[in-house]
Amino acid sequence: MSQHNYTAKDFKSDQQVRWCPGCGDHGIINSVQRAMAELDFPKESWAVISGIGCSSRFPYYMGTYGFHTIHGRAAAIASGAKNANRDLNILQVSGDGDALAIGGNHFIHLIRRNVDITTLLFNNEIYGLTKGQYSPTTKMGTKTKSSPYGTIEIPFNPGELCIGAQGKFFARSIDVNVALTAEVIKAGVLHKGTSIVEVLQNCVIFADGAHAAVTDKEVKEDRQLVLHHGEPMIFGKNKDKGIVLDHGLLKVVEIGKDGITEDDILIHDAHSEDPSIHWMLVHMKAPEFPVALGVIRDVPAKTYDQALDDQIAEVKAISKIRCMNDLLNSGDTWEVK
Amino acid sequence: MSQEAQVIKKHDVVIRFSGDSGDGMQLTGQQFSDTTALFGNDVATFPDYPAEIRAPQGTVGGVSGFQVHIGDEKITTPGDYADVLIAMNPAALKANLRWAKKGGTIIVDTDAFIDKNLEKAGYEKDPLTDQSLTDYNLIPVKITTLTEEALKDSGLDQKSIVRCKNMFALGMVYWMFDTPTNHTEEFFNYKFAKKPQIAEANKTVLKAGFNYAENVHALASHFKVAPANIVKGKYRSITGNKATAWGLLAAAEKAGLPLFCGSYPITPATDILHELALRRDLGAKTYQAEDEIAGICTAIGASYAGNFAVTTTSGPGLALKSEAAGLAVMAELPLVIVDVQRGGPSTGLPTKTEQSDLMQALYGRNGECPMPVVAASTSGNCFDYAFMAGKIAQEHMTPVILLTDGFLANGAQPWLIPNMDNLPEIKVQRAKAGEAYQPYARDPETLVRKHAVPGTKGCEHRIGGLEKMNITGTISYVPENHQVMTDLREAKVAKIADYIPAQEVYGNENGGEVLVVGWGGTYGHLYSAVKELREEGKDVSLAHFNYINPLPKNTLDILAKYKKIIVCELNLGQFANYLRSKCPGINFYQCNKVAGLPFTVVELKEKISELFNA
Repeated sequence: MSQHNYTAKDFKSDQQVRWCPGCGDHGIINSVQRAMAELDFPKESWAVISGIGCSSRFPYYMGTYGFHTIHGRAAAIASGAKNANRDLNILQVSGDGDALAIGGNHFIHLIRRNVDITTLLFNNEIYGLTKGQYSPTTKMGTKTKSSPYGTIEIPFNPGELCIGAQGKFFARSIDVNVALTAEVIKAGVLHKGTSIVEVLQNCVIFADGAHAAVTDKEVKEDRQLVLHHGEPMIFGKNKDKGIVLDHGLLKVVEIGKDGITEDDILIHDAHSEDPSIHWMLVHMKAPEFPVALGVIRDVPAKTYDQALDDQIAEVKAISKIRCMNDLLNSGDTWEVK
Repeated sequence: MSQEAQVIKKHDVVIRFSGDSGDGMQLTGQQFSDTTALFGNDVATFPDYPAEIRAPQGTVGGVSGFQVHIGDEKITTPGDYADVLIAMNPAALKANLRWAKKGGTIIVDTDAFIDKNLEKAGYEKDPLTDQSLTDYNLIPVKITTLTEEALKDSGLDQKSIVRCKNMFALGMVYWMFDTPTNHTEEFFNYKFAKKPQIAEANKTVLKAGFNYAENVHALASHFKVAPANIVKGKYRSITGNKATAWGLLAAAEKAGLPLFCGSYPITPATDILHELALRRDLGAKTYQAEDEIAGICTAIGASYAGNFAVTTTSGPGLALKSEAAGLAVMAELPLVIVDVQRGGPSTGLPTKTEQSDLMQALYGRNGECPMPVVAASTSGNCFDYAFMAGKIAQEHMTPVILLTDGFLANGAQPWLIPNMDNLPEIKVQRAKAGEAYQPYARDPETLVRKHAVPGTKGCEHRIGGLEKMNITGTISYVPENHQVMTDLREAKVAKIADYIPAQEVYGNENGGEVLVVGWGGTYGHLYSAVKELREEGKDVSLAHFNYINPLPKNTLDILAKYKKIIVCELNLGQFANYLRSKCPGINFYQCNKVAGLPFTVVELKEKISELFNA
């Protein structure tokens, strides 16, 4: 039941959006505003907190509370805000450079602590705002302004990092798929704990086509597997491809070939505590595999902010110190007469 | 040796306990300090310990010391030189002999003066027998043997028995100062409530030491220091770090906000985090962050979301926090940044004291980035200045740096317990739901903006590190606007001068020959030096600053009244240079020390006296 009758428009600010024409960010902000309207939380309960980079201009275009902070630190600032006021819904917006290079430390520790915030990770595999340097997710060998002969470093896979840091929620979407992005953002916000939502985003200026192997019209249905909890991992133009577990590893099969039926296809269990299959899913790469989209991992666990609240309540219940005057006069004191 | 020990009445006495860093010297010193405070003496302490938790045993680098200064009048320093030095091994003697007064008493554990230990300490000959200590009253005692003897029927293992030897030394010192042992006995009953055997052993050795001193009369004299004539009321012993933590908690309570502390462990500031972490009962949220940057950033996030936000650190950590501190200046959010200064640069001297972060605190950020700076000057008034830093931060919507130092942080003093009802109010600057909110609209008097905390209906807005349009807070690259906003941020901090107390002068308030200027943790030593010089008839006064930026409004008026001004500080002249920039035309002499140690009163007096001959 909708209480506020919000529409996406209610979450826009009066500021002119200044991303480049054709930038994937336009699609993502539409998804966010749609998700917020549908989630129906009071508008004032949202705080959008970003770092530095193209994506981090995000708060200025939102009609909610917003804080555009400093490079890499949004995860830490968002963690502080959530622990200060648990009633807030915090959306932290970061790019691949912001979250995984300069902010890598905060990213993994946010996930480890499981503070209840949603991190929207715009992954365009490039530094856009500084005009085209390679990032921690740029594919090996890519030529950029700072790697004119090709990069010589191995990129991060954000899903692997998330699971490696004991993450409880990881989802992936693509900027052009506004409906799917909105869907996974909603799932991330409703998940109690840190939720990482990676959006494969296209930078039309400096890394155009970075995700083309997944997003090109001709191949996309064969290269995208949209996961839903409890449903078989089927994909392809004709819904005739699926994922099976073969000797402990994932494998693409064709339904109807070699005696494979729909019953053989792996059913997606996003709630499995054991991350083994989730890890294999986030790792799937084109062209051998489709790229996994949707909510890949969604496991309930106690949040840091809840644990902090609980501990305060527990200690308050047994302590004799209820105010500063109690504390000041506690323990060893003496009277000078 | 049968005559009664001579009783010497003294106004003040300095005792220095020293031993291996595992010998329990900090606890021994603290016990002595607590007991004498309870008896009514005024007390100041100075722990001096190595950065290594267990440095190689028996080496000079591993020596841990604790100096206690007790008196029958106001005690403002832990004392320059010790009347009584306790050295539990050769390394302790080697490291601390320079702090013993000529003619003073030295108690040593002769059991520890074996070849191996002498060699480790770097002694070629045994100092106990080579006549090198003839200027001192040397009391050689077989402390380890006597401890073993006292506990031979205790059933404890050898290691536990030897661990009690510090109590033998403490027992002897209690006898020397005519002080009862019962406070320390109660301490052991409490501390080892679950290990009564250990409690008993410590008490037995303590009494054995006391009785030994009484029986052997090897201690030719025992001292009597009368209770001090101090302000009546209820007291407790407090260290600077504890006082800082409690001052912050007190400010949060007065502001009516939950305290949030984002912090990362760093010597010598970590005890503040420990104290705050204990206070879940007061709703304090401590967040041990992944690094110094996350420490301040979580605090900024908490401030943004409406908590009373704090981050605590030391010099290297302050350096890491500087970009985020700039964000708090730009966003105009309240925040207290505590810097417990230590020897620098880089890792420097983590456990030693220094005042060399002043310029970093004032100017160590990119851009024109004004920030109020406040400095505590005694262990006890860390409470007051932490409170004031919180009040300024909340009422003027700005990050504030509170400077203390390792000397104040670890030193302890008897502290008159304040009543919360007598502390000033703290008015939090908040927008109300539904008001026509402009993030950078300002109070015309204070130039302070109001904060609409997320969750406040109808006040949704955006802030951030980019320059903002005056009043509306939208992003602005307009050149004139950047000038306006830069000037406003500067003027807002300068205006705080209207809300802080005037600078006071100890001595001749109307001016005179020499004015000694200091700031922060050197107060006790400067006060003692100036007081003694005045008693010697010199026209010398002291202006000791706690408010550094902005300076009190009467600063220039005061400075202009004296013929000669000397700025004394534990750096190469940072406050002197700051005053030169703020008070052009005034000549400042300097007295500087960068040795990781406090000033001594003796060296200060010497340096200040030179001005009268110049």
